[in-house]
Amino acid sequence: MTFDVYLNVAVGGLLTGLVYGLMALGLSVIFGVVRVVNFAHGEMMTIAMYIAITLFQALHLDPLVMLVPVAAVLFCLGYALQAGIINPFITRPEHSQFLLLVAIAIIIINVLLILFGPDAQSVQTSYSYDSFQVGKLIVDATKLYAAGAALAVAVALYAFFRFTAIGTAIRACADNYTGALVVGLDVKHLYALTFGLGAACVGAAGVMLVLIVDVTPSLGPAYTLLAFVIVITGGLGSMPGALIGGVLIGVTEAMAGLIFTPSAKSMFAFGILVLVLLFRPQGIMGKKAA
Amino acid sequence: MKRKSPSNSQTKTASVSRRTFTVGLGAAGFTAGIAPFNIVRAQGAALKVGVLLPRSGFQAGIGQDCQRGVDITAGLLKDMGLPNLQIMNADTETSVDVARSRAEKLIGDGAQVLMGAFDSGQSSAIAQVAEQKGIPYIINIAAAPPITEQGYKFVFRNFPTAGMILGGAFTAQKEIFAAVGAAPKTAVFLHVNDTFGTAMKGGIGAVMPKFDMPYKIVETIAYDPAARDLSVEISKAKATGADSLLLVSRLNDAILLTREMVKQRWSPMAIMSMGPGWYEDQYLKTLGKLSDGPLSFVPWYDPNKPLSKKLEAALAKAHPGVSLNTNHVYTFEALLIAADAYKRAGSADPKALADAIRATKITDNVSPGPGIQFDAKGQNDKLKISAIQNRGGKLVTVAPKEAANAKAEWPLKPYDKRA
Repeated sequence: MTFDVYLNVAVGGLLTGLVYGLMALGLSVIFGVVRVVNFAHGEMMTIAMYIAITLFQALHLDPLVMLVPVAAVLFCLGYALQAGIINPFITRPEHSQFLLLVAIAIIIINVLLILFGPDAQSVQTSYSYDSFQVGKLIVDATKLYAAGAALAVAVALYAFFRFTAIGTAIRACADNYTGALVVGLDVKHLYALTFGLGAACVGAAGVMLVLIVDVTPSLGPAYTLLAFVIVITGGLGSMPGALIGGVLIGVTEAMAGLIFTPSAKSMFAFGILVLVLLFRPQGIMGKKAA
Repeated sequence: MKRKSPSNSQTKTASVSRRTFTVGLGAAGFTAGIAPFNIVRAQGAALKVGVLLPRSGFQAGIGQDCQRGVDITAGLLKDMGLPNLQIMNADTETSVDVARSRAEKLIGDGAQVLMGAFDSGQSSAIAQVAEQKGIPYIINIAAAPPITEQGYKFVFRNFPTAGMILGGAFTAQKEIFAAVGAAPKTAVFLHVNDTFGTAMKGGIGAVMPKFDMPYKIVETIAYDPAARDLSVEISKAKATGADSLLLVSRLNDAILLTREMVKQRWSPMAIMSMGPGWYEDQYLKTLGKLSDGPLSFVPWYDPNKPLSKKLEAALAKAHPGVSLNTNHVYTFEALLIAADAYKRAGSADPKALADAIRATKITDNVSPGPGIQFDAKGQNDKLKISAIQNRGGKLVTVAPKEAANAKAEWPLKPYDKRA
């Protein structure tokens, strides 16, 4: 095989990995602050995907145009979920939180099945089949747009946490829960805001992924698992770690599929996970527990 | 010859009292009276058929399509004077384990015959349950050869095995190459790594050398049927520089593969599928003009058979705009076999039903070939394979010649040259 084949596959893996990274970013943000592991993460993404598909079918709205509105809807959903259901579980044992979120995931899958049926659905935009050619490099247009949007959302999220008062308050909650309470921060509201932001991230990722993959209600668990692999590889709670983990997994799967066999590409992603857990349990960008 | 003395019975008969005679007459009358009712009840009560299909999961599209075949069966069976079937639906969720547990539950709920399940892995699991419980199981679609090689007594398959599909496919391919005066020199073989795909891969290795094909397979690429992204697979296939693409796929992956070929600007000389996906309505509707051209070598239907026309009409009435395909045909025929056997058995007893199914000889059917009958292993080994091509959102039969209604378009029109 020639070099351009490897280059094409690596670029494709990089672009897909960036979208995976944004999806995992939401999970990482939620865990980093609220310390709740969102087992309904992939299922929340499928909600966003179905909203995008419904809007496209009903009003012919391009998913990229719907990125911000759908993310806003998911933010509201996430906020309501945390404020109404998850907050009472914050002080309960972890297995209670685990069961609660697994239950939410199962409910989401079945509601989507009732509403949309089991058939795969997709969005066919005018650029669905476009690709850009630069020399021998062929880049999938939808993946390029989706990756660009993923980077933009990630930068916006970083800026929010770094430069706004609310972002600083959320980081304070993450650093020291008791301290945040002592200085008078409304921690439960901030937790709900954080969960909402995480949900918005996964909503944005879902809107972009709908350009790349067909959607079925049962898609969620596979993406929840993928998000876990990425954040554990990148470092739980680390924003750059989620993006790096996403890119690493995306490129690894693509190159393993090319060099070895495509049916074994997931094995290599999990192989990386095992290596990270063995030699750097806190993840590539994660901090060691004190 | 020694003459027998009057028997004891004769002596006893002579001593039967009027009361005993009256009781005996009454009992005989009662028995004779209810016997016809038993027969009527056996034929009048609907046979409970557990229909197992992948109605959700990544095979949901195909499972739902098979369900259309179930939906149109009742009216046709009635017209043919066959008994009613009581359909008990179950969803295998595209999972072997779920298929096994659903089969057990259906039997527990009173199913007298099982039917399904489109997929070889799921069908193998159901076959094990059916054999253990002694309930007849009629496979609608599943091609892995081992299913009917286990010595099962209650498992029947009216669908060709992987070897039969491949043999028929290679014969039809050579016929097409001769008709168009061209043939590929190389092919890359992409297949799903499930039970069916793996069986077909094994079959190619065993069957292809016997057919002296004009092309050689330069690379074999296996992939997960539930894969969400097949860009790497197409990159790898394109990099081989093969003239043509040989496939064993499913529906969702067929759509994904086509999209990737368009995006990666690769149009092989021919796309030759030996499995589902490429001829299905969802494929045609989703891809529009990009769906034109692929050839599918599949168990199809004989459009000239009278029952085919009735089945087409029933489908058009129930599901306007849906074209008759393998899923409907073989699902319908599986139910036809159950109803026909129930009529002949005159009973829902599992052993009697299994014996009746084994003795099936239906000539008024839909699939190509002499009709439905089973060999000692429970396999219909007389089925034929057709070559069909997508043209403008419709399907035409291009081989075998005696069943063709169009000539193959060759080569595949490049994707970037389509409006």
